[in-house]
Amino acid sequence: MPITKVFSTEIERISILDEHGKFDEKLGKGLIPDKDLVKLYEAMVACRHLDEVAFRLQRSGRMGTYPQNMGQEANSLGAAYALANDDWLVPCYRENCGLFWRGVPMEMVLLHWMGDERGNAIPRELFCTPLAIPIGTQMLHATGLAWAAKYRGEKRIACTFFGDGATSEGDFHEACNFAANLDIPVIFFCQNNFWAISVPGKIQCSAPTLAQRAVAYGMKTVQCDGNDLFAVVKCVRDAAEFTRSTGKPHFIEGVTYRLGDHTTADDARRYRDAAEVEMWKTRDPITRLRAFMKERKLWDDSKEGSLKERVEKEVAAAVERAETIAAPNRTDFFDSMYAEIPEDLRLQRDSTQTHGLGENPSQLDGVEVRKLDHPEHAH
Amino acid sequence: MANLTLVQAINLALVQEMEKDDRVIILGEDVGPNGGVFRVTEGLHKRFGAHRVVDSPLAESGIIGTSIGLAMAGLRPVPEIQFDGFLGPAYDQLCSHAARMRTRTRGAFTVPITVRVPVGGGIHAPELHSDSPESIYAHQPGMKVVMPSSPYDAKGLLISSIRDPDPVMFFEPKRIYRAFREEVPEDEYVIPLGRARVVCEGGEMTVVSWGASVVQCMQAIERTGRSIELIDLRTIYPFDMAAVEASVKKTGRCVIVHEAPKTCGFGAEISARIMERCFLHLEAPVQRVAGFDTVMPYYKLELDYLPDASRIARAIEETAAY
Repeated sequence: MPITKVFSTEIERISILDEHGKFDEKLGKGLIPDKDLVKLYEAMVACRHLDEVAFRLQRSGRMGTYPQNMGQEANSLGAAYALANDDWLVPCYRENCGLFWRGVPMEMVLLHWMGDERGNAIPRELFCTPLAIPIGTQMLHATGLAWAAKYRGEKRIACTFFGDGATSEGDFHEACNFAANLDIPVIFFCQNNFWAISVPGKIQCSAPTLAQRAVAYGMKTVQCDGNDLFAVVKCVRDAAEFTRSTGKPHFIEGVTYRLGDHTTADDARRYRDAAEVEMWKTRDPITRLRAFMKERKLWDDSKEGSLKERVEKEVAAAVERAETIAAPNRTDFFDSMYAEIPEDLRLQRDSTQTHGLGENPSQLDGVEVRKLDHPEHAH
Repeated sequence: MANLTLVQAINLALVQEMEKDDRVIILGEDVGPNGGVFRVTEGLHKRFGAHRVVDSPLAESGIIGTSIGLAMAGLRPVPEIQFDGFLGPAYDQLCSHAARMRTRTRGAFTVPITVRVPVGGGIHAPELHSDSPESIYAHQPGMKVVMPSSPYDAKGLLISSIRDPDPVMFFEPKRIYRAFREEVPEDEYVIPLGRARVVCEGGEMTVVSWGASVVQCMQAIERTGRSIELIDLRTIYPFDMAAVEASVKKTGRCVIVHEAPKTCGFGAEISARIMERCFLHLEAPVQRVAGFDTVMPYYKLELDYLPDASRIARAIEETAAY
C-alpha cells in the first residue's frame, strides 16, 4: 500500500449549559456546588460592573485607555476557580474576572490603566503575573514558570491566557513547542473572541478551530464554549489534572466574544456588524447563568437587587482607592530600574536633568545664569 | 493646497504614491477597513482594494519578513507596525535581513521597504505605546531612519522614503499627529532624505532636535527670547552633519534635544561629531536634553520623563552662560 494514513484526529467541543439554557446533567452534575455557583455568578456581575464604570471613567477623562472584558468573564473565572490557588495565572489583559477571583484587588487593575505601575505590584503569594500588553509574549513566561515548578518538584502548574490574534505570533508557536517537547506542565488557554482589534479570526487561522493548532505540537487539546462557565470549569479542571499528573501541556480554546470595543480607543462599529454583536449578546455568560440559577431556585430578583447594591459599593470603593492613592513620587521610575541605582542614573534622578551642566552645576560656579520667569515643570 | 494634520499629510502621500505606482502596497495590523488605529490609512482599503491594503495576521516579524520578500521581488511595501513598543518581534527581520540584504548579496537583492511606526510619548497611552527607538535603528548599518516634525515635511519625506532604494524606518511622532495643521500642497513634492531643516535662524546658539521635540524646542526658544538657530534633523540617518557643523561653527554653542533615553541616544552621535569637527569653535560643552535612562514610565509620570520647554530652556540658559 503506497498511500497509508499516518495520522488523523478529532477535536472535541465541550458545552454543558448552552445558550438556550439546556443543561447537560451528565457532564454538569456536581461540577460546581450551588454555593460556589452563586459566588461565581456574583464575581461575574461585579467584573461586568467594573467594566462599565471603567468605561465611564475613561470617557470622563479620569482614566486612560481601557480594554473592556465584557462577554469574556467566564473564561478566566472558570479557570481561576478550577485551578489551585498557587497555580500560576499568566494573563493577557482581558482576564480581570479570574484575577479578582484569585484575590487581585480591583484597584490594581484600575491603577494599571490609570497609568500607574503600582497597579502591577501584585503580591507574589497570589501567583499572578502582571497584565501583558504585547501580544502572545507571556505564553513563554508561563512555560518558564511551570518549568521552574517542575524543576523544583512542585505540583504547581501554570495557566496562561491569550487571544485568537496571539496565535499568529511567533512566540505562541515557540511556547507551544517548548512546552510540548520539554514536557512542561502548562495550560494554554486561548480566548477566541473572534476579533483582534478590527481583524477577523479568519485572517489569523484558516483551520476550523484554534484548538487544533495544538495538534501539530503533539499537545492534548479541547474546545469549549467559553461563555458557559460549567464548560470552562470542566475543561480547565480536566486539563489541570492531566497536566499535573503527566507534566505535559494542554491546550484549551474557549470560544467567546468581545462584546465591547477592543479598547476605549477603538470603535468596533467601524468594522463589525451590529447583528453579530446582538447575536452574541444572546449568548452572554452572565444572563445564561442567571437564568439557570433562577430555574434551580438558587437566585431571584430580590437577590439580584441586593447584589447590584453590593457590587456598586464594591466597585465605587475600588475606584476611590485607585483615585485617592497618593500621587507617585517622580523618582519612582528611577528607583525601580535596578536593584542598585547606577551612579550616572542617580545623577539624573537627583538633578532631574540630563544635560551635563544641569547634572553637575559646579561647572557653572562663578557664572551668572539668567533665571527665566517660568517655573520648572510648569505642568 | 490644504490645511492638514500630520495624519492627513501622511495619508495623502500614501494615496498619491499608490495612485502613481502599483508596486506600492500596504500591510499591517488593522490597516484595512479600520484605517489603522490612528486612521493614517483611512479610506485606502476602499480606494485601492484588499489586495493592496492588506490586514495581516497579528505578527510583526511576519509583517516585516514578508515585506522583505515582497520587496526582493520588486514591490515597494509600506508595512505598518502599530506601535513603537511592538517593534520587538520585528527586530530580527529588520536588522538581520532587511538592513543587510543589499550588502550581503552585493546588490543582487535589495529591500526597498518603508516601515511606518507611530512613536513617542505624551498621549497618555498604555505601556509600550510611548517609546522612541530611533537610535536603535540608526545604529543598524544599512537602515535609514526618518522622523518628521510637521505635516509638510511628513508628506515630502514619506514620498522620498517610499521611492528610496533601501529600507527606511519612518517614525511618526504620535504626539503631534493631530496637534496642529499646516499648509500641505496637493501637488507632488519630495523632501530629500538626509537634509535637515533650519526652523529658525539665530546667532547665539544651535539647538538640534527632531520629531515631536522640535515643538518643545520652539516653545523653549521663545521662552528664552534668545537668538537661537533651531535645526530639525528630519532624517536621523543619514543625517545632515553639514547643516549642524555650519550652524555650530557660527554659534559656538549647541544643545541637542530628543525624547529617547540619553545614553546612546542619537544626541550622543551628534555631540561626538561636533567634537570632531567644531572643537575649536566651541564656547561651551555640547549639552543633551533627553529622556532619562529609565524605562518610559506609565502615563502618570510621562511628562516628568519627556524633555519639556522648561528643561530645554534651562539647558539653553546654562549653556549660554558657560
